[in-house]
Amino acid sequence: MVPIKLKGRTISRGCAKGEILLSRDPISFLGSVDPKTGVVIEENHVLEGKSIQGKVLVFPQGKGSTVGSYVMYQLKKNGVAPAAIINLETEPIVAVGAIISEIPLVDMLERNPYEVLNNGDLVLVNGSRGYIELIKQKTGKTESK
Amino acid sequence: MYLTKEEEQILNGEAGETLRQAIEILVALGDIYGADRLIPIKSAQIAGVSYKTIGDAGLEWISDLQGKVKVPTILNPAGMDLENWKRLRISPDFAEKQKLIIQAYEKLGIKCECTCTPYTLEGFDVGYGDHLAWSESSAVSYANSVLGARTNREGGPSALSAALLGKTANYGFHLDENRLPEILFEVEYPLEKSNYGALGYVAGKLAGNRVPIFHLRNSPDVDELKALGAAMAASGAVALYHVEGVTPETRRVDFKEPAEKITIEKKQLDEVYESLNKACKEPELITIGCPHCSAAELEKAAELLKGKTVSKEFWVFTSRGLAKRYPEYIREIEKSGAKVVCDTCMVVSPATNNYSCVMVNSGKALAYVPGMCGAQAIYGSMEACIKEAVGETTNKAGGSY
Repeated sequence: MVPIKLKGRTISRGCAKGEILLSRDPISFLGSVDPKTGVVIEENHVLEGKSIQGKVLVFPQGKGSTVGSYVMYQLKKNGVAPAAIINLETEPIVAVGAIISEIPLVDMLERNPYEVLNNGDLVLVNGSRGYIELIKQKTGKTESK
Repeated sequence: MYLTKEEEQILNGEAGETLRQAIEILVALGDIYGADRLIPIKSAQIAGVSYKTIGDAGLEWISDLQGKVKVPTILNPAGMDLENWKRLRISPDFAEKQKLIIQAYEKLGIKCECTCTPYTLEGFDVGYGDHLAWSESSAVSYANSVLGARTNREGGPSALSAALLGKTANYGFHLDENRLPEILFEVEYPLEKSNYGALGYVAGKLAGNRVPIFHLRNSPDVDELKALGAAMAASGAVALYHVEGVTPETRRVDFKEPAEKITIEKKQLDEVYESLNKACKEPELITIGCPHCSAAELEKAAELLKGKTVSKEFWVFTSRGLAKRYPEYIREIEKSGAKVVCDTCMVVSPATNNYSCVMVNSGKALAYVPGMCGAQAIYGSMEACIKEAVGETTNKAGGSY
């Protein structure tokens, strides 16, 4: 496999690796994610019941209350934050939340992340230099996107 | 976005972790909104103060910060009167957390003045064209529209970052091209007093986040402009508006008339007052001071309450600065049994959640009380509110027409 490296825009600096967790739905950190466990609790959310802990979380953009930025900080302090975030286009609540929580975040990738990445792929997000790298595709993948 | 050498060094962490994070926030927001550079600000006002709104999550973040603000900085209203919180039956647990939040801000060199009307404070003056980083939506609207200053509606962390650096990113309402009127509201009948809050409540829903310009038959005073802007920022997301011939930018800039024009009819304002007639119950609590009462409004409330006794719970919200400057108004108001409450308001205090029907003279409170306090809200003028509080109403007639 040829390693795939995609350029994007730096929002939050830092560098982290993790398994991809895709969400087609926007995420409001306030009320949708339990700050103690990192589990998505919003009813009917595509990630309902799943943990975002240590994942490279891919979602289109944030939504909801500005308090969401602080909830991201709580997730980090509780050790259940995502390792890194990839957005289609970041809005200020998630941008600020990622920065204060030191979660690397890159958005506006040169290719659509939903077409390139699958759940379980191992990905490196380099927020400082504004790119992501697909290190290892999940083997035996069967799920469709 | 262009950064000076010194700003680059801060971004590389050479000035410590708090400032590195602060400039990272400003640069990220600047990149999102297309800013070209950072610009100096004169003052900052920070949201995210009431424990009711930010909770433990916010408290944790603020407590972990280090450093000192570089420009005069004050806070949004907190969840309680910081000196006399027991009077409104705030729980000791809440009070404890609220005090921790205030102490964390004070540690950063922030003046512990919690108000949505910072422009009334001594030593916090704002001039035409000044760049600011303010948060509270009605204060932002007032600074932009009535004072001709320039500020975006900052979130808590971005306002705090701006205060720590003394700078903000140059985008949005800092730029001339984003301050032009986009929608015209015509009002063809004279307005007075609480009509402006009702007008704002209606206009905000129509304007969304656009910049409106009003053509009015008469000239509102500053308190009426305050009520108009506060309501539009709550029922819509209006952070800047103009009133032809009244607000300062209309006298200095030759605005082109927007293509979209809407006439607001008297009937639409009447509907706001009708909340009182439609209410399924009598108000149990009457509140004024959203945004915080000005000196003129305190004087008027004192005058209206003179020699009277309230028969219902009646709260008057103002800033501690003004309460200290005008003790004679406060004495007169409290003689009636009303309570003058500082540092907080009916929207961000948990005290309001103990009531199921609240009367307000504010379009902003009318928009927020149901969702934030779980209470029904009804609207009337200050006169109507005071009549309700002292039990002078013989029927449920609201409004001030």
